[in-house]
Amino acid sequence: MVQDLLHSSPSLLNFGIFFAMALAFLFVILGFVTYAILAERKVLGFMQGRIGPNHLGGRWGLLQTVADVLKLLVKEDLIPKASDRPMFIIAPVIAFAPAFVVVATIPFTENLQFADLNVGLLYYIAISGITIIGTLMAAWASNNKYSLLGGMRATAQMVSYEIPLVMAGLGIVLLTGSMNLNDIVLAQQESGWFILWQPVAFVVFFIAAMAELYRVPFDLAEAENELVAGFHTEYSGFRWAMFMLAEYVYMFAMSALIIVLFFGGWLPPFEFLSFIPGAVWFGLKFAVVTYVLYWFRATFPRMRPDQLMEFAWKILLPVALANIFLTALLKELLNIF
Amino acid sequence: MELLNLYQNNYLIVFAFLCLGILLPVVALFAAKLLRPKYKDIASKYTTYESGIEPFHDARVQFNVRYYVFALMFVIFDVETVFLYPWAIAYEKLGIFALIEMLIFVVMLLIGLIYAWKKKVLKWI
Repeated sequence: MVQDLLHSSPSLLNFGIFFAMALAFLFVILGFVTYAILAERKVLGFMQGRIGPNHLGGRWGLLQTVADVLKLLVKEDLIPKASDRPMFIIAPVIAFAPAFVVVATIPFTENLQFADLNVGLLYYIAISGITIIGTLMAAWASNNKYSLLGGMRATAQMVSYEIPLVMAGLGIVLLTGSMNLNDIVLAQQESGWFILWQPVAFVVFFIAAMAELYRVPFDLAEAENELVAGFHTEYSGFRWAMFMLAEYVYMFAMSALIIVLFFGGWLPPFEFLSFIPGAVWFGLKFAVVTYVLYWFRATFPRMRPDQLMEFAWKILLPVALANIFLTALLKELLNIF
Repeated sequence: MELLNLYQNNYLIVFAFLCLGILLPVVALFAAKLLRPKYKDIASKYTTYESGIEPFHDARVQFNVRYYVFALMFVIFDVETVFLYPWAIAYEKLGIFALIEMLIFVVMLLIGLIYAWKKKVLKWI
């Protein structure tokens, strides 16, 4: 049915149906974010010998995040006098919108993918870069010293780690000869997961992805104990929630992208396990990747800004470049793909 | 024609996602406006946060030019990657000649990186 719809000539009705599907998916993502936050708090709790949220919604605190959202909804809407009002208001929207747009192209299973773009990977990278404008706008509009510092750090970090991220993705594109994420997954059916062929790219990609997400070893932009909350110091209520939401939606998107690029998407690890549906495999891999992100948060100390920048330019970038040429050479000489 | 339709429909989906991405914050903020109780208007609530002291000066001052250099470097290398992507896709057909050509291109940019490195631009103080 959806295939027919995709092949029909585009019309307003098509748009309406796509919109409804996207709306349904938005609620799935919001559900994911709700429980990702809870899971993060629980996992951190267990790792630090605490219990974590356990008051609302039974022993597991299943309603904790819902209550948090309701609290944010009725919070006072404060916009500081000294801030740049229009910019202050637009910034969260600009930060959030790309986070959601990015998810459109990720293939979750064989049949569950929204937009099958042939520039998939490049699309992801290009759109996700827009968020930094929202961050920088928020920082600048707040007219707060902590915000401005946090925003500048966030920009410098994002900009620096974008390059190793893109270069690491290039190794995959070289192997498959396509940027379409569907093709990338299908290519892994014959050759095995790309983490086996591109371990260096995986390490670089994963580190850069962590930095892009501002996850813990790289969370300098919002380092609580030096910059209060970084670029969203002045934000409260739902405006602040939009920034948090963008962060977690990116976590969702990036984990999915890592799985698609390096862990074979919905494909089972071994051929004989293919009776289990792809959605289950995707879910399992997804759980593992997000768990690793939480785990890192509990175990790694925060980096120093100078180490952070030098690491991107002096280590990750040369390694990623070397990886590209090694891949190209291997492909040419060994004819493995 | 079929392919064109497919292509257009795929971007229509992207557009639907974009609309939703913008609508969600707008709707949520509007709902928050309707739901929240009336709060007392106190002037000091609207001052900028600065660890409890009266904020002094404007925060928007001229900042270290170092950030600017990183932005410049980013532009150079990002454009490089834009050139590398089509190369990577066409590599299968182009073969070893394209590899050497691209190697020359990247080495030229690497010289730039090494220059910046030696100039201590990459060092963050």
